[in-house]
Amino acid sequence: MSIRVIRPGLLTTIQDLGRYGLQQFGVIVSGAMDPLALRISNLLVGNAPSEAALEITLSGPALLFERDALIAITGGDLSAVFDGQSVPLWRPILVRQGCVLEFRSPRRGCRAYLSVAGGFDVPLVMNSHSTYLRAQLGGFNGRPLQAGDVVNFRSASESATQQLRKLSERLSERPFVATDWFAGLDLAEYADDPTIRVMSGGQYDWFNKESREALVSEPFRITKQSDRMGYRLTGPTLQIIQPRELISEAVTMGTVQVPPEGQPIILMADRPTTGGYAKIAQVATVDLPVLAQLKPGAQIRFLSISVEEAQELYRSREAMIRRLECGIAQMNL
Amino acid sequence: MPDSARMGKSLSAPASFQIFPLGDAAIVVKFGDSIDLELHQRVRALEKHLEEHSLEGMMERVPAYATVTIYYDPAQRSFHDIEQELRKILVVLADAPEPDPRIVEVPVSYGGEFGPDLEFVARHNSLTTDEVIQIHSATDYLVYMIGFAPGFPYLGGMSQRIAAPRRDSPRLKIPVGSVGIAGTQTGVYPIETPGGWQLIGRTPIELFRPQENPPTRLRAGDIVRFRPITVEEFASLRVNSQ
Repeated sequence: MSIRVIRPGLLTTIQDLGRYGLQQFGVIVSGAMDPLALRISNLLVGNAPSEAALEITLSGPALLFERDALIAITGGDLSAVFDGQSVPLWRPILVRQGCVLEFRSPRRGCRAYLSVAGGFDVPLVMNSHSTYLRAQLGGFNGRPLQAGDVVNFRSASESATQQLRKLSERLSERPFVATDWFAGLDLAEYADDPTIRVMSGGQYDWFNKESREALVSEPFRITKQSDRMGYRLTGPTLQIIQPRELISEAVTMGTVQVPPEGQPIILMADRPTTGGYAKIAQVATVDLPVLAQLKPGAQIRFLSISVEEAQELYRSREAMIRRLECGIAQMNL
Repeated sequence: MPDSARMGKSLSAPASFQIFPLGDAAIVVKFGDSIDLELHQRVRALEKHLEEHSLEGMMERVPAYATVTIYYDPAQRSFHDIEQELRKILVVLADAPEPDPRIVEVPVSYGGEFGPDLEFVARHNSLTTDEVIQIHSATDYLVYMIGFAPGFPYLGGMSQRIAAPRRDSPRLKIPVGSVGIAGTQTGVYPIETPGGWQLIGRTPIELFRPQENPPTRLRAGDIVRFRPITVEEFASLRVNSQ
């Protein structure tokens, strides 16, 4: 069971929920930029939510399915088509052997996640399947997919096998068949010009009053110098009251740090483990998927919330995912 | 305009530490604002405690120069809850004994093709290359923290006598194992990366070993000793470590 890469797309990598537990050794977390979309694509095909999936960026790949397979595509809408027919997102899809999945142009969002029932068969490296591009480790040979690669799957779970059987009855001559139900899109709360909720960063008090006000009153734009490591923003210049040296300390996904020139950077999945720039804010975990789907040029605004509010949002999001998980499991049976 | 309470302000504490959030899923214990041995010892003491007594909901920790950052699951613990627990630990920790450092010897072949900038560092400090090697290898270096790249040690203790500015234009590829100097810092590159450090030598031992647990040879709190070796020893150690 495998897919063959005909065209790799701009940046197609294998990612899971990240490589945790080794940050104290300088090993970066990596993992999906949009962990919510990855978790849901896995649940839709009967996988554990942390299973490895393909992260597809902006301009997607062309993939030949060498066997019938149960898949799901979530996240951004990058115009997936099977043999010319548009593919619906956020639902289980049975793909016929020999069909080619392609992506036309990004319609909404930036990153799509493709899960296959059973998961991609790549070795665990330091307890994760995620691709660690800089160290050339993990994922598929430590690198983005290239034309000619053949990526194998493992065996599908019991629930996925049942869904696959149900869908096969409807497949007939078509390249693919999808369920008529879908799940999870509403949870992600994607938006094109979103308001991103932030808490204050460790050096929030270092910034002058104008900068602290500008942070939550002025819009910022995501520049082209944005990738899996971080998003460079452009907007009002954020300045600290007096030049101060910060000695290196830990950072995390969603940390908004400000180099001396005053334009903020939001650290994303491939961030380093530590940093020495002043941290003005920290994005709420629940809003990271929204950020992950933004393209260069997108405008964002920040809204300040408390840590307590962010944690409450986190817990209610997790409760919704658990309910979704139960719902999907029932629908697949 | 957000007031600082709404933004989750830093909480001051009676003893000399601060506890504040790094977002909704991490918490920072900060002992001070400088790079010095005393703060480092306090970081080590908290690290040792947390290694032996895991906190409920704790996922991992990152010790740095003067901070320990603890990543946790907000579904299991609230910030307030974990903060209270840390305060109780920190009060008792004041009397904890200092952990004994591990001493790790790092063999280095200085100069030649492995250390293309050794002569620059010597000239810059009006020393001979042998003197630079002697000074660089005569010191015990403390690993204050690991960061930047897997297993990259932030070392303290280099002599000012061999300090040298960064290169004007960074190299696009610094080979694995390169030993370099930048300002008053010295370090070893565990993976190939771009960089502007002056390269004075190379070690044949692997500092980053992704197939092993832990994946790096050095840890925060270790003492590093550089030992000069010949090119021949470099070759034989390289073979033996594979």
